[in-house]
Amino acid sequence: MAHIELNNDLPGIRGLMAYSPKTAEPLNALAETLLRSDDNTLSRGERELIGTYVSYLNDCFFCQNVHGAMAGHYLGCDIQQIDGIKHDFRSAELSDKMKALLSIAESVQKGGKQVTELQIEEARKNGATDVEIHDTVLIAAAFCMFNRYVDGFGTSAPTDRQFYVNRAPQRALEGYQSSVFK
Amino acid sequence: MPHINLSNEFPGIRSLFIYRPETAAPLNALVQAMLHNPHPSLSAGERELIATYVSRLNTCKYCCNIHGAIAKHQLGNNGELVQQVLANPETAPISSKMKALLKIAAKVQSGGKNVLPEDIALAREEGATDIELHDAVLIAAAFCMYNRYVDGLATWQPDDTDLYDKMGEQRAREGYLTPPFRVANSAVTNES
Repeated sequence: MAHIELNNDLPGIRGLMAYSPKTAEPLNALAETLLRSDDNTLSRGERELIGTYVSYLNDCFFCQNVHGAMAGHYLGCDIQQIDGIKHDFRSAELSDKMKALLSIAESVQKGGKQVTELQIEEARKNGATDVEIHDTVLIAAAFCMFNRYVDGFGTSAPTDRQFYVNRAPQRALEGYQSSVFK
Repeated sequence: MPHINLSNEFPGIRSLFIYRPETAAPLNALVQAMLHNPHPSLSAGERELIATYVSRLNTCKYCCNIHGAIAKHQLGNNGELVQQVLANPETAPISSKMKALLKIAAKVQSGGKNVLPEDIALAREEGATDIELHDAVLIAAAFCMYNRYVDGLATWQPDDTDLYDKMGEQRAREGYLTPPFRVANSAVTNES
């Protein structure tokens, strides 16, 4: 049960957003721009994967399953494949650029100052642009917020992982600015 | 030097906002909603103190200094109080409720799951409402983002206390949505 009375039974961050609509609006706008805007050279699937990986590192069950299902939806992967990437992205079938970006995200999760010049060079060498590096850092940082927001209240979330997979196509279609948990 | 090609004329997160206006809009709207807009019970100064304290725990120089300066101006120019809170919230002359909220903020900084039912119970005993608890957790979580964003791209973070004070005064008065003033980055100018 959540630490505060949310007056709704929506799961994870959705319960918090319904409780506090004034902060939900910019939070959803941020997720929409970062993860779903088509004006981006990183695919939606790639961006969702960064969010999933950081949520995994932060051990946030709700976020890693929501965004893992989104990444799986866009990239055509099942839960097991997404789990494989989360557990060891370096040996996964990903581009060297994505591996370099996930490595930057991994450092951001620990702390902003953990990102090294060498990691940035490695990402550039593999074709990452400045905007892609920027967005990777911001997605990773944003999930350090979303994950803490969700877990800081002990919110409830469905334990059946298929629940998230089933909802991913609708979320992909509608985006983050409407709730699919109605 | 920043990891990506950012403007020399704006420090910290402002250089990132200029670089990427698409994400600046929701990031600024969020900080405005959390810290500046009217709140049923927490003053802007109290909310800025939470942001400043979390930024210090994350060792983000820019965020700690700018929000410390904003807090000072929101608290009737009381810079000493800001320094006392940063040094040790437990001994600072703030309410027991604020101490409990700062304790929760520190837990959030180290990880969301570290917030325990007893932390919440303690804050409630000191008079914290659900909305205050919600906002303290969200502010702390959000600064775990802003701090990582500012440090993760190695933005320019000046050492000039007077500059932060001037920028802080502007934000305390105007909120977050007005344009920033340009700053001469003498360190960068001298290098070039």
